[in-house]
Amino acid sequence: MTGLTSLTVNHGARATRILGTGSFQPDNIVTNDDLAKIMDTSDEWIRDRVGIIERRAAGPDDRLVDFAASAGSKAIADSGIEPSDIDTVIVATCTMPNQIPNASARVADMVGIKGAGAFDLNAACAGFCYAIGTASDLVRAGSAKRVLVVGAERFADWVEPTDRANAIIFADGAGAVVVGPSDEAAIGPVSWGSAGDLADVIYMRENKWIYQEGQSVFRWATTQVAPIALRALELTGLKPSDVDVLIPHQANLRIVHAIAKKLRAEGARDDMVVADDIVYSGNTSSASIPMALDHMRTAGRVHSGDVLLLVGFGAGLSYAAQVVISP
Amino acid sequence: MANEQIEKELAEIVEEIAGVAAADVTIDKSFVDDLDIDSLSMVEIAVQAEDKFGVKIPDDELANLKTVGDAVNYIASKQ
Repeated sequence: MTGLTSLTVNHGARATRILGTGSFQPDNIVTNDDLAKIMDTSDEWIRDRVGIIERRAAGPDDRLVDFAASAGSKAIADSGIEPSDIDTVIVATCTMPNQIPNASARVADMVGIKGAGAFDLNAACAGFCYAIGTASDLVRAGSAKRVLVVGAERFADWVEPTDRANAIIFADGAGAVVVGPSDEAAIGPVSWGSAGDLADVIYMRENKWIYQEGQSVFRWATTQVAPIALRALELTGLKPSDVDVLIPHQANLRIVHAIAKKLRAEGARDDMVVADDIVYSGNTSSASIPMALDHMRTAGRVHSGDVLLLVGFGAGLSYAAQVVISP
Repeated sequence: MANEQIEKELAEIVEEIAGVAAADVTIDKSFVDDLDIDSLSMVEIAVQAEDKFGVKIPDDELANLKTVGDAVNYIASKQ
């Protein structure tokens, strides 16, 4: 016994913000007509049910970590910092081809961050919002200086190629942000949770192909997600009318519209911009929110200083939401 | 609530969700075959009907409600 009664601990930043964003999609575009050639579906049927016009698919040699590193490097460049300014990497993903090794250590090395703290986070389609909440708190606690947060998915390994319910929806790609210290709080408290009693409505059948109870998932997403987003606003001290841009996980355009409708019924503005990146990107799970954010910044639909409401939801079931001020 | 009243209010919900004229939503019509309503719109109709009529319509019950008349009878039996 040394007689010590208290340990030295870290002290972190008072507040955090997103410093920059980046995204990556494989070049290969898959249209609805392409899918209609290999399964019983049609362009009209897909547009009506899920709102997708086209999506991107990984080639046989494209790796999930390549997508993640490419999006990550762009986010670091957009932040105006060097890789060496970052000490922690979180990759949110649910589609790694193997359990070991994880994605994050390799991604840290690929983007040029030596010796980073690195871990993967699996909260399925809620993963990015979980990871932002975690990264922000790591910086505030002093465990990390700056965190590269990536959402990356490669569904090619996990969707039965002719499954007309899922092959039309899921797509590949990555989105990334850098979280760092800030004088003013630009990442609000996370509103997160889970509903494990509904674990069986989205799962990997025979540990191989993704399966969803479509109606159950749709019912949950269109009724239970908006209250999670409203709670994030409440935790941040804002009202629905303060939201400039709503970026829900891009699960299905009809779910996106249902969430927006519910928020407008609670006072969100008619001119609130609503992310619809799914139309040309498909559902990329944990990548969908950062990819939509990056695409919308590039397109001039999101401006510096905009109040963004992010809400992720998916298998688990898991959910997380937070308010962010756009970089 | 009388069946006629349930039918009238259900028809209004169907019109709002699926854009089918309420007058066309009559008890002999099949949601899928006659009114061209898809499985996701059926969920939205069920959720609104639950609020409106104070009943529960779980997804496995929803699958059995083929016609407007099936839905009216189900709601009436649960009220």
